[in-house]
Amino acid sequence: MNARDSQAASVADHDQNMNIVQLTYAQAAALALEQTMQADPTVIALGEDLGRGGVFGQYRDAQGAPLVQRFGPGRIIDTPISEATIVGAAVGMALAGCRPVVELRVVDFALCAIDEVVNQAAKNRYMFGGQGRVPVVLRMPIGIWSASAAQHSQSLEAWFAHIPGLVVAAPATPADNHGLLLAALQSGDPVVYMEHKELWGTPGAVTPGAVVPLGKARVARPGGDVTLVSWSRQLQACEQAAEQLAAQGVQAELIDLRTIWPWDKDAVLASAARTGRLLVVHEAVQVAGFGAEIAATVAEHTGAKVARLGAPRIPVGYAPTLEAQARVSAEQIVAATQRLLQR
Amino acid sequence: MTDLLSLYRTMVRIRAFEDAAEVASQGGVAAWGKEASATPAQVRGPLHLSTGQEAVAAGVCAHLKPADLLTSTHRGHGHTLAKGADPTRMMCELFGKASGYNGGKGGSMHIADFSVGMLGANGVVAAGLPIAVGAAQGLKIRGQDAIAVCFFGDGAINRGPFMEALNWAVVYQLPVLFVCEDNRISATTESAAMTAGPGASARAASLGIAAVQVDGTDVQAVSAAAASLIADIRAGHGPRLLHALTDRHKGHVSVDPATYRKPEDVAAALARDGIARTRARLIEQGQSAQVEQIERAAQAEIQAALVAASAAPPPDPSAAYTDIQTIGAGVWA
Repeated sequence: MNARDSQAASVADHDQNMNIVQLTYAQAAALALEQTMQADPTVIALGEDLGRGGVFGQYRDAQGAPLVQRFGPGRIIDTPISEATIVGAAVGMALAGCRPVVELRVVDFALCAIDEVVNQAAKNRYMFGGQGRVPVVLRMPIGIWSASAAQHSQSLEAWFAHIPGLVVAAPATPADNHGLLLAALQSGDPVVYMEHKELWGTPGAVTPGAVVPLGKARVARPGGDVTLVSWSRQLQACEQAAEQLAAQGVQAELIDLRTIWPWDKDAVLASAARTGRLLVVHEAVQVAGFGAEIAATVAEHTGAKVARLGAPRIPVGYAPTLEAQARVSAEQIVAATQRLLQR
Repeated sequence: MTDLLSLYRTMVRIRAFEDAAEVASQGGVAAWGKEASATPAQVRGPLHLSTGQEAVAAGVCAHLKPADLLTSTHRGHGHTLAKGADPTRMMCELFGKASGYNGGKGGSMHIADFSVGMLGANGVVAAGLPIAVGAAQGLKIRGQDAIAVCFFGDGAINRGPFMEALNWAVVYQLPVLFVCEDNRISATTESAAMTAGPGASARAASLGIAAVQVDGTDVQAVSAAAASLIADIRAGHGPRLLHALTDRHKGHVSVDPATYRKPEDVAAALARDGIARTRARLIEQGQSAQVEQIERAAQAEIQAALVAASAAPPPDPSAAYTDIQTIGAGVWA
């Protein structure tokens, strides 16, 4: 453990194991960035409001100090509200030898930079025949953030999974938001890194420096009767559903996909082949969601019965009664699982 | 090198390359009422020629070092050659051959030679501007003694990234030269009818960027203006903009007959051709022998490039699955 980690750990609650610290989801990512920036002077971060620590505090260390105090405004870069140029400039910085981390605040705003993400960052390596690489981490927080309505609440991971050249990650826990971000920062390719806005304050055990490899799923709960696959915040409702199912005598195996592209096909196929039933659950709209890709692949490769569950194809509404309609509840997951078991 | 003979050599090499590529592209795409020819063209797809605009590429790039970085447009062959790329590997790329700079994966619209700092032509108007300011910022962050140069057209100034990138360059005082190649046509529409205000230099000035407007068909004027602006940038004075009024002699793409243009405008553009004027000036100076030598050498160089490109093998189909991403690329069944 280096000196900086020790300092972070001194404020956070210690576990029995001195290598494990309790951090929030936001702090876990900040520690990954801090460690990487300390080790590699070419790593920089840019985005709106980073100088005050990010709008969600995700650019503050475990003591609450903005990272800019440590690394200076030349490496934690406050930018104009210019999403296209935030991403486009990051591509140029990467081609000039830097490893930029881009903060886009919410994935909804990343749509202002869709050319820069899809046509520039993702295509560069292929289009120019491998002459250059674009090691850029594009942080695009997803998900319903209560009472934030239709333009601050979307889960668009399927959009980016569709684009050759991009890696797409969606951590569900503080440990993964630390370890997957470390892996993303080591990747030589553009990584669309999708944190969930309602997870920022979630605490959890983190081993500083423990890399979580991209493309590897995690079995969040073992079981033999049915396979549930999910990711990001939707995992929490799946865990509640698995508890309710267990009370009914159904043992669900819950897989946290962690990386959307490339997704851990081996782990999912193996589990589905064993249980014979697969339900994919995500917060994103069900129609053309990434669950469809997983369900189709499992159906093609195994004899498993498949189903998917996502949000209805509606924008996220403001009023609590409307917003609730866009959330996938534990009860809905239990019901969908029961329907699957009866098929 | 910035002497007139050197500038002329660059212009003539670009013109020879563009003329050869144009011939090799005939019949390559079905457009403007023409069918694609039965015999496939050697250069396929849209080919955006910079014929007529050579003086801008030559005059600016003469002041660049290999470490300087450059972003270009869809009309980027001239910039690439002027930055130091090898015309044979460029022609191989246009022919879609494995020995092209991009291994046949990009073609004309994505011509690039990263080894000489040419970071790519781009199929999206104005997309090079944010990349260029980022490249300049990256050079600054890494303490490199180099600048970035960004070519773009008059059509690009109506896209948001133009304003964003200029603002960005001022905010961070970046070592970047913006070069507007103003040929007064956005694809096939007159830019004046689509543009408020007097154009690139006025918009730059409104953001506090020193801008110079020049006759972009006069290579000495371009070179002198670029020299001064680049000296300012290298001295740490922040971004500058060069607004070069130039002429596109051809259609939007090589098979576009450009019937939408007024014949008198085209005639005037051809009459002020920068290459012909430079040639006349050199002959006046008594340099006929050198001029002819440059022209012969350029023809020979481009002929050799055509021969090499014709003979080169295409990429193996397996190359379609490489250079995408380290994990998660390729066939997924």
